[in-house]
Amino acid sequence: MLNLLSIITFTPAIAAAILAFFLRGEDEAAQANAKWVALVATLATFAASLIMLIGFDPQDTGFQFVEEHDWIMGFTYKMGVDGISILFVMLTTALMPITIGACWNVTHRVKEYMIAFLVLETLMIGVFTALDLVLFYLFFEAGLIPMFLIIGIWGGKDRIYAAFKFFLYTFLGSVLMLVAMIAMYVDAGTTDIPTLLNHQFSTETISLAGWQIIGGMQSLLFLAFFASFAVKMPMWPVHTWLPDAHVQAPTAGSVILAAVLLKMGGYGFLRFSLPMFPVASDIFAPLVLWLSAIAIVYTSLVALMQEDMKKLIAYSSVAHMGFVTMGIFAANQQGLDGAIFQMISHGFISGALFLAVGVIYDRMHTREIVAYGGLINRMPVYAAIFLLFTMANVGLPGTSGFVGEFLTFLGVFQVNTWVAFFAATGVILSAAYALWLFRRVVMGELIKESLKSIKDMDRREKTLMAPLVVMTLLLGVYPALVTDIIGPSVAALVEGHTLALQAHEAASQLAQN
Amino acid sequence: MIAADLYTALPEIVLALFAMAALMVGVFGSKDKLAEPILWATAGLMVLLALFVGSKGLEEQTAFNGMYLADAFAHFSKMVILISAAVVMVMGQSYMAARGLLKFEYPILIALSVVGMMLMVSAGDLIALYMGLELQSLALYVIATMNRDSQRSTEAGLKYFILGALASGLLLYGASLTYGYAGTTLFAGIISTISEDGMSIGLLMGLAFMLAGLAFKVSAVPFHMWTPDVYEGAPTPVTAFFATAPKVAAMALIARVVHEAFGVVPGDWSQIIAFLAAASMFVGAIAAIGQRDIKRLMAYSSISHMGFALVGLAAGTAQGVQGMLVYLAIYVTMNIGVFAFILTMSRDGKPVTDIGSLRQYSKAEPLRALALLILMFSLAGVPPLVGFFGKFYVLWAAVQAGLTWLAVAGGIASVIGAFYYLRIVYYMYFGDEIEPLDHVRAPVQASLLVASAAIMVLGVINLFGVESAASLAANALVR
Repeated sequence: MLNLLSIITFTPAIAAAILAFFLRGEDEAAQANAKWVALVATLATFAASLIMLIGFDPQDTGFQFVEEHDWIMGFTYKMGVDGISILFVMLTTALMPITIGACWNVTHRVKEYMIAFLVLETLMIGVFTALDLVLFYLFFEAGLIPMFLIIGIWGGKDRIYAAFKFFLYTFLGSVLMLVAMIAMYVDAGTTDIPTLLNHQFSTETISLAGWQIIGGMQSLLFLAFFASFAVKMPMWPVHTWLPDAHVQAPTAGSVILAAVLLKMGGYGFLRFSLPMFPVASDIFAPLVLWLSAIAIVYTSLVALMQEDMKKLIAYSSVAHMGFVTMGIFAANQQGLDGAIFQMISHGFISGALFLAVGVIYDRMHTREIVAYGGLINRMPVYAAIFLLFTMANVGLPGTSGFVGEFLTFLGVFQVNTWVAFFAATGVILSAAYALWLFRRVVMGELIKESLKSIKDMDRREKTLMAPLVVMTLLLGVYPALVTDIIGPSVAALVEGHTLALQAHEAASQLAQN
Repeated sequence: MIAADLYTALPEIVLALFAMAALMVGVFGSKDKLAEPILWATAGLMVLLALFVGSKGLEEQTAFNGMYLADAFAHFSKMVILISAAVVMVMGQSYMAARGLLKFEYPILIALSVVGMMLMVSAGDLIALYMGLELQSLALYVIATMNRDSQRSTEAGLKYFILGALASGLLLYGASLTYGYAGTTLFAGIISTISEDGMSIGLLMGLAFMLAGLAFKVSAVPFHMWTPDVYEGAPTPVTAFFATAPKVAAMALIARVVHEAFGVVPGDWSQIIAFLAAASMFVGAIAAIGQRDIKRLMAYSSISHMGFALVGLAAGTAQGVQGMLVYLAIYVTMNIGVFAFILTMSRDGKPVTDIGSLRQYSKAEPLRALALLILMFSLAGVPPLVGFFGKFYVLWAAVQAGLTWLAVAGGIASVIGAFYYLRIVYYMYFGDEIEPLDHVRAPVQASLLVASAAIMVLGVINLFGVESAASLAANALVR
């Protein structure tokens, strides 16, 4: 099938349009219809993406399933996947049905809610499949609109502040990227990503307002992209929008935010920063590595002191994203493999953790840790699942969390031992906050009156959790599932990066002589 | 010879004659009862003229010894002006009629101001420029005070008149300086003088004064002070008109003057325009934050948008002019949609303009709320809506011309501006409930609102071909 990627990308949007135009009424039947349409559409998308995965050849490091059509202003509508992006598409399509299932109990404006999620899915897949700079930006930015509405309409008490902060923070980050993209277009004369990957942006030192800028244009472009991706990631110190957004977002919104939206930043680093600006990446790598180390230690400490469960998990997400940036900017096979692996695995684990919080939030309508305790007495299944994901979050061997962290350590240890050392203390801290959370919520005697009649997970909740449990364990014991697919593409990326650096080294030595 | 000249200027002549004939009919006929047929006839004629002008396409003609230029650039601008004026007039008809403001002079004055605008974009000479500009402005001053019994409206008109007269004075002074140093009022003569003798200090002063006068007409900062008051005071259909066609005409006129008369020394004017652009973008974005009245908010929004359009012009290239034209076409489409919505805002039969009254509007009118949401995100420049492509175009032109700082400033200003557009979305979707707005059955306004929003979404496919038309127009102006 020639248009497979377009089909995968736009199936949810078509379903959203069907909902918008043909579904009338606010009664229960209409709500149920909206949910079923959304579920079927997301499952169909997942099925289509499985066909893509089967047809994908990991040994080919170029782009596959490429589609190309002319578009306005000399841009192209170009889609394609390679070993780096295909798993993000899979992650998105796999998590969306679970997300839709997580909002099965919503009764407020159900139709609009489903439309927002379906549109969001189209935009997220588009980000990972777009092979044109402007097309990428289109999907990347447009995702803000449905997420703004999801937080703003269906969120918690302070949702308005959180929605505005989320939107303006990320929007500011990405307009700088827009200007950088325009500059790239002017310099290279094309917005085609595969061509740009082979284009060398000037690294000649330029002076701007009296400042000598080492790495020249590449550095400036790198910084502009960095502003966008670092906010999206989010990296310390521009992470502050994330806890607010997570706390206020509805459960399904948190799941998708943590599991997929955060990965866009990491994907951006892999697709743009590292291969297109190799010299600048090398110049700024120590900075990024240290920021990552700070993020891991600092946000873990902050997470330790949280009283709100969602906020705690949000900070833990920031810490885990620190491993990802650390792995990416180690710029070697293990680091990059680990970073991608960590992103995939964090998608499942954090999604599951937010679902787990949602389960008890639906019953008690509070996320305060002190409101719980001793849940194991009445909710044994919940306790077991929560324990599994707590352990996965900590990085226990046998779960997918371990593989990602271990590989990124392996990568960064070859580059900067001290960063690896500090990051390793973060692992200990993560065990501290995650296990402490588990003890306070689940363990102990059930003494609170309000919890005496709490029910264990029902069948819907178990069904939602089951695939996440399976994936976490499967990737933990058989990581080759992921590394076999990403390996060749990552190897090509690393090789290209190394060659570019060597060429630059040689050129600058030549200039000195 | 004269016949050929007259034929070249046929659209303006037809519209002017029509306006005068309609005036006679109105005076000797049964006055305001005829207002509605005259309005429809005027709108119909404007659309026909737009098609006629459009059919001329790439033809290039001059008339009256170069005082009147009819090129692709003029044709493009005239089409935008004529169509937007016709649409805005039809859109506001029921509002004016319901409030007893639909006098037969209203369509005639609009027709006359449109004649002025058409002359402006076709001007090839300083005198023709001034004639067109004054015809346009005088008609607009009167329309602003259309609601004679309202203090706000008369205040708006008077304010507009006094400040407008000042701006005309500046412009005229600049024009006389230019004439004094160039020895001719023809643009073609001015440009050949400059290319032979270089830019003299007198010409530079003349240029600066003329740009100041013209900046007033597009309400670029620091000549923007009249805009919010006039927008707020004038009846809403009139405000809608102010926000669309005259802006296009004045921007096109600036482009015409700087490229046709001063095109060989882009460095001299692009600095001034870059300053106007940056100041407009930021002042428009920041000052709008405090506004609670949607008409005032749209006034600041238009200031900011004019700043973006000027970014394209500041680039000083054909690509920049193309970006400006694309931007203006998109801007006009968005504004028609938003003002169509504002026209329907009423409570207990009275028009309201407080943005707080939009709270939970999405519950009462889901479709209109969705359309306005799309327009707001488009105004903010969020992709994939068409408003983004307008911004992309001008920023691209700026970067290509080496004005990267201006592009960065534009990006930051658009983030600040996004805040107040988002606030309207916030009121409609997340606000607390209050007494709802009237449920108004307004088929014309509602369909324009939805159509405008649909254009913003579907335009992502190919921008409806505006891009290539604007490119041809820009290449006709910049050689």
